[in-house]
Amino acid sequence: MKNESIKILQKRKKAILELWMKNQLAEEGLRDDLMNNEDLRVQSEELLDALLNNLSDDTVGDAESSQFDTVTDILAGISVSRARQGFSPRETGVYVFSLKDALLETLQQEIKDPVILYAQSLKISKLIDSFGIVTFETFIKGREEVILRQTDEIAEISTPVIRVWDGILALPIIGTLDSSRTQIVMENLLQEIVESGSSIAILDISGVPAVDSLVAQHLIKTVSATRLMGAECIISGIRPEIAQTVVHLGIDLSQIITKASLASALRTAYTMLQLEVVKKRRFEKENA
Amino acid sequence: MEKIPILRMGPFLLVTIQVDLYDRLAENLESDLVQMVSKTGAQGVLIDISAVSIIDSFMGRIIGNIASMSKIMDAETVVVGMQPAVAITLIELGLPLKGVHCALNVERGMELLRSRIALTDGTPDDDADTE
Repeated sequence: MKNESIKILQKRKKAILELWMKNQLAEEGLRDDLMNNEDLRVQSEELLDALLNNLSDDTVGDAESSQFDTVTDILAGISVSRARQGFSPRETGVYVFSLKDALLETLQQEIKDPVILYAQSLKISKLIDSFGIVTFETFIKGREEVILRQTDEIAEISTPVIRVWDGILALPIIGTLDSSRTQIVMENLLQEIVESGSSIAILDISGVPAVDSLVAQHLIKTVSATRLMGAECIISGIRPEIAQTVVHLGIDLSQIITKASLASALRTAYTMLQLEVVKKRRFEKENA
Repeated sequence: MEKIPILRMGPFLLVTIQVDLYDRLAENLESDLVQMVSKTGAQGVLIDISAVSIIDSFMGRIIGNIASMSKIMDAETVVVGMQPAVAITLIELGLPLKGVHCALNVERGMELLRSRIALTDGTPDDDADTE
């Protein structure tokens, strides 16, 4: 008796695929901009093949069974690639669950006994549900990979140390300053101080969205470390909002030289190095 | 027993630490240096720690102590050549060595000492970082 429903499903594969495709195409959120119908059909057929070929009496109640490995692999591949392509979780979910509708509808057409139909539907439904869960797990994993990669990239590109002048380094900090980033910033800065023999470092925080007590703590740490290396540290790019929060939070920055803009910090640095920037004059006339 | 040499150079004392410091050695250095400052009437002390790659809270404190002691005996102290890793460690340990002047290398350190002594000789030291 039981075998019957599986046989029915396997026999009517073509019809199921058609039904499934129809369901998918009828779905409002179909993203034909991300994937064309041909690809979708190929993908769906592959998955359906793998599912029906491995469907048997023993496996119908157990989505974890090793016979479904290929199905899980295909599903994982599909959801990871969808995560990268920018499908929403809902669209990915609908993709799997619309298969359930197709399968159940086919069963309904073939099996007339309500008791058997109910029992079989329940089993198929459970199976597809667990496949749905697998899909979501891998979908989220795919998304997380994307996020992790981006985080790494941001950390790498966002801490440059620039030599603006002989003996003057500038460090524009863009983005939130957390402890791991402070560590990277500090290491890069101190290393560069040693290599270039600089005596002044300018920390520009105009790209830091907000300064709370923790961020201020990190800044003070960086400044103290620079002092231990025998260099002076100037913090520039203090926006009015930042000045307000810093004072409201009761953070003491009086031991640190702070400037409103990078230009004024640079001017201070020149003064400290006893340099002077003068406008070029035409000496030829005077010399003649 | 190992000993860290304290060299005299004009009005300055020069200490170069070439070995990894252990506690006893550091304590001896502290007392030797204070003795030496009082004996020679040195105006400045320069401590070169460029060869020190590992530092702990005790060592950080000793360096701070030496600086404070020399300061109350009227000698400026400059620590030179600190490695980046050591600087980060000291900061993470919560020892920013307040009151100690630092310089990148011996040359800069001597320059700093000279300018500071010239300052104290002339007008009263109005630098903000005195303790």
